[in-house]
Amino acid sequence: MTNSRLYWAAMDGWTMTRRSIKHIVREKESLMMAIGLPVAIMIMFVAVFGGAIQTGTDYVNYVVPGVIITCAGFGSSIIAVSVTQDMIGGLFERLRSMPLHPSSLMVGHVIGGFVRNAIATTVVILVALLIGFQPEAGVVEWLGVIGILTLFMLSLNWLFVVFGLLVKNVETANAITFPMLFLPYVSSAFVPTETMPSWLHTFAENQPMTPLIETLRGLLLGTPIGTNLWLSIAWFGGLLIISFIVATILFKKRKTE
Amino acid sequence: MTDQVISVQGIKKRYGEHLVLDGLSFHVERGSIFALLGENGAGKTTMVRILATLIKANSGSAKIGGYDTDSESVSVKKLISLTGQYAAVDELLTGEENLQMIGRLNHLDHRTVKARTVELLEQFDLSGAAKKRVSTYSGGMRRRLDIAISLFANPEVIFLDEPTTGLDPRSRKNMWELIRKLANRGVTIFLTTQYLEEADQLADKIAVMNNGKIIETGTSEQLKSIIGKEKLELTFQDQASFDEASKVIKGQINESEKVISVETEGSTESLRRLLNTLHENQIEPVAMHFRKPTLDDVFLEITGKSTKGVSSND
Ligand SMILES: Nc1ncnc2c1ncn2[C@@H]1O[C@H](COP(=O)(O)OP(=O)(O)OP(=O)(O)O)[C@@H](O)[C@H]1O
Ligand SMILES: [Mg+2]
Repeated sequence: MTNSRLYWAAMDGWTMTRRSIKHIVREKESLMMAIGLPVAIMIMFVAVFGGAIQTGTDYVNYVVPGVIITCAGFGSSIIAVSVTQDMIGGLFERLRSMPLHPSSLMVGHVIGGFVRNAIATTVVILVALLIGFQPEAGVVEWLGVIGILTLFMLSLNWLFVVFGLLVKNVETANAITFPMLFLPYVSSAFVPTETMPSWLHTFAENQPMTPLIETLRGLLLGTPIGTNLWLSIAWFGGLLIISFIVATILFKKRKTE
Repeated sequence: MTDQVISVQGIKKRYGEHLVLDGLSFHVERGSIFALLGENGAGKTTMVRILATLIKANSGSAKIGGYDTDSESVSVKKLISLTGQYAAVDELLTGEENLQMIGRLNHLDHRTVKARTVELLEQFDLSGAAKKRVSTYSGGMRRRLDIAISLFANPEVIFLDEPTTGLDPRSRKNMWELIRKLANRGVTIFLTTQYLEEADQLADKIAVMNNGKIIETGTSEQLKSIIGKEKLELTFQDQASFDEASKVIKGQINESEKVISVETEGSTESLRRLLNTLHENQIEPVAMHFRKPTLDDVFLEITGKSTKGVSSND
């Protein structure tokens, strides 16, 4: 009994994931933005600021992890809008009047969004390689990169599902994602934190993006990782669990309005 | 004993201070078409949402097929399908993909999903547009697709919340045809509408709702006997002919617009008599037309007052 319920939950999740992937491919503007914007940012940073910012390595090498993170943040933020759209459109009501667990709707958005993240990240890395990015990572390090990015993206996707469930209209869903996109800039993503004023420096050093970026840098370029890997896992593992639980609660609450 | 597939007893629903449903009770016979008739904000959608297990009532009970919509909602969900007031179709998917998605979510096997999709597209006259995105569909096509989707799992009871609102007259006629066909197959149809004519055309039983209460229930014949017949409205050019006319013919008088409404059974004979009377008195109306009774007339008759200004504005 439990087995067949699990089976159907997985099947429903897969059905909704297929739908989300179709959406992602067909919403050309969103996809172009999700890929084009980070690539443009990367090229701009390397070309314009590359000479001016002293990081101790080639600036392109320094900046790639930050661009990947910004890219994921931007891609994930689109999820909030999609979730809100489904909630205020009739699909959610229809699913709820059917004998199944409608949370497959959220699973579809999270995994579908992950596919978009993966496509965008791959493009960013390919472009980076073209403009001179020289990673020193071996197979194990690359697997590590994939693992930590997967954790980061899934946790972020669930977080944006929470945002999508919280707001009542698409405009607000759009606006609420905005601050998330700035977080990477106030970290070691684009400039070393030592160059910031001290109050900003303190924030940048202690916000979750910094250990994540330092971990990626370590894996890709061989810089020391230290406690950053565990800090990242703690931050984003925690975010994943909390977002997932909050999303589930909000989703249930939506039922009995 | 007749077979009541839906029975609702004393349902109340409150949103904050606002008592949206104030003790609704009614029954729907298996295989019949039931229409809940009421204007904007009457509480129709709220009632449908309670029956479709989407929200809980504050008090009272609602049963479908003997199952309680609150405590036995899973059993209820297996019997029903809901087509909400606003089409729940996915704009970015094609008609075919929309159907297949819901088919899979109904946990039907791959082959059944395929076969049933083809069958429903055919039946709802959407085969030609099957591979087009729904964003390119007309309002009528969307509605049809929406209903096709909700029929995927062969439900016993179908809820249609304002199925023709926003459709042009031709699409509306087609939709009526479609609803009749569904009913002929033995499914129970629960529809809501703002149009008296629609309820009249389709429903075996009509419940008239106003301000969260059912103010009248009956067949369309029974309701018509309450609200009277079609009316002929005669408009007059000037005050003199209007005054003159109101002396010789009997009817409802509207001073300000110089209109007299006369009840008629619609026969040419009665019309001739009326015009002759006017002619003999040398009065010619400038315009005349038939007017079918409206929902407003129903309220007027039943409650003794017009709903204008009485109905709650959200
Ligand atoms: N979730 C809600 N919160 C607060 N008030 C609500 C809610 N849902 C409905 N109402 C109120 O309940 C009343 C009845 O709404 P309902 O949607 O049931 O009417 P309706 O008969 O379907 O109207 P329409 O013809 O416009 O669809 C309205 O005054 C509406 O503002
Ligand atoms: Mg309504």
